[in-house]
Amino acid sequence: MVKELKAEVKKLNFYYGGVQALKEINLPIERRKVSALIGPSGCGKTTFLRCFNRMHDLYPHNRYEGEITLYPDNINIISPEIDPIEIRMQISMVFQKPNPFPKSIYENVAYGLRVRGTSKRAVLDEKVEKSLRGAALWDEVKDRLHHLAFDLSGGQQQRLCIARALATDPRILLFDEPTSALDPTATSKIEELIIQLKDEVTIIIVTHNMQQAARVSDYTAFMYLGEIVEYDKTDRIFTAPSNKLTEEYITGRFG
Amino acid sequence: MQKSKPELQTEIKKRIAVTKFWDKVFLITGLLSTLVGLVLLFTLMADLFVNGFPRLSYKFLTSFPSRFPEEAGILSAWVGSFLVLLVTALASIPLGIAAGIYLEEYARKNWLTDIIEINIANLAGVPSIVYGLLALGLFVNFFKFGESILTGGLALALLILPMVIMATREAIRAIPNSIREASYALGATKWQTVQSHIIPYSTGGILTGVIIGLSRAIGETAPIITVGALTFIAFLPTSPFSSEFPFISFKWLLDPFTVMPIQMFNWVSRPQHEFQLNAAAAGIVLMIMTLLMNGVAIYIRYRFRRKIKW
Repeated sequence: MVKELKAEVKKLNFYYGGVQALKEINLPIERRKVSALIGPSGCGKTTFLRCFNRMHDLYPHNRYEGEITLYPDNINIISPEIDPIEIRMQISMVFQKPNPFPKSIYENVAYGLRVRGTSKRAVLDEKVEKSLRGAALWDEVKDRLHHLAFDLSGGQQQRLCIARALATDPRILLFDEPTSALDPTATSKIEELIIQLKDEVTIIIVTHNMQQAARVSDYTAFMYLGEIVEYDKTDRIFTAPSNKLTEEYITGRFG
Repeated sequence: MQKSKPELQTEIKKRIAVTKFWDKVFLITGLLSTLVGLVLLFTLMADLFVNGFPRLSYKFLTSFPSRFPEEAGILSAWVGSFLVLLVTALASIPLGIAAGIYLEEYARKNWLTDIIEINIANLAGVPSIVYGLLALGLFVNFFKFGESILTGGLALALLILPMVIMATREAIRAIPNSIREASYALGATKWQTVQSHIIPYSTGGILTGVIIGLSRAIGETAPIITVGALTFIAFLPTSPFSSEFPFISFKWLLDPFTVMPIQMFNWVSRPQHEFQLNAAAAGIVLMIMTLLMNGVAIYIRYRFRRKIKW
């Protein structure tokens, strides 16, 4: 089967002011697969992930170089000519700590649609249900859609954030260590969900948990000091890494 | 030389006793200091109540001032206070909130915004009479608003504007950045984020600041005297409602006025004892108004805090 790319990173450099955080990154992102970014703390995996939806544009003195091409339309995500809002409308993100809005469950999911100008009740109702089902949360919350999102447990809140990200039909879904604040049960639910979701959406996940990368991802990139050391199919990375550093990291000898 | 064990133990015990003694000394000093404040406040309130309470009546609230103390009331004063505060609120709330949001969410952090920040903090400490002088020059002499409710309200609005701005900024700063990022990540623009998250989630804090500002404004005398409020007024401002089209009139804005503290000051400065009692009664009303406003502020804070926990 021919590999189909959703995005391709070419010679990406990223700077926080004068500090270079990402160096010459090249990486293909396969369509409807899960790509995991692993590496020790401070290696730049989150910085890299946040390039995909231009989160760095929210803060001053950040600078990109190079290209992240989004297929099939061949636009360069990080081009200064492209409005970051246009990018964020197509590429959603789930954050490290569940961060629901202090609004109702319903309004949390509907917010992305409201931002896009959708206000018809019927459309919203349908989308909210579909997204909550997609995030495996519908059965737990269908009777209390208008309760505050803060009343949910941490794991439910994170699935709510996933539903919120799904509601806008993203082309890529970014996960930034989505389970690091959750207990094991909630974690395994999120992992199952990620595996299910890849049938519909391309996923990039940052994780510091190697077992998680092994469980959920199809491809894995190992990053160290702002560079990609090795990229391959996940089972190859974890069974027969070609780089010494990768091997040391996945066997737990450093990081 | 090594000390023997029992010797060491007695020494430790002595040490603890000395420390505990100082503990007690501080406890008593602290308690006394607190009591001084409480007792003074209580005496003040008791005195006010004993003197003023017998004068409080429906008639007192609905009568104009008079040269006969037993017929005098505070109708023009509380109506004046209310209308002045209305102008103050309408002017300071939008200005203060907009400035606070701009400084927190839009302005880049650089030396200019630092200077603005320091200046706003300083403005909050400027004596109120200085605001009165500013209002006299600006609103009375330059804009020709006259010695009116509008001028008085705007003078007080200037006075509490720094408080409203600072309350707004603090409330906004309490919103975690992860909420902003969540909103932006969904494709929201800055204004969408401000409108649907920043403003609603900071409303509790902002309103608390506004009400505390207003409850300070209601007791202010100096700036109001400076802009030329009258001390004796035996009529009400023009009614805001009229029987003819367009049924709403803004003429009251330019009417002369007095406020509660000025009415009290006027009565206190008279020789007759009966007028002093009137002043005490008006003081009770003013204090109840202030306490009510503070109560509302506390309630609002409570309501919003219950809904939002970061």
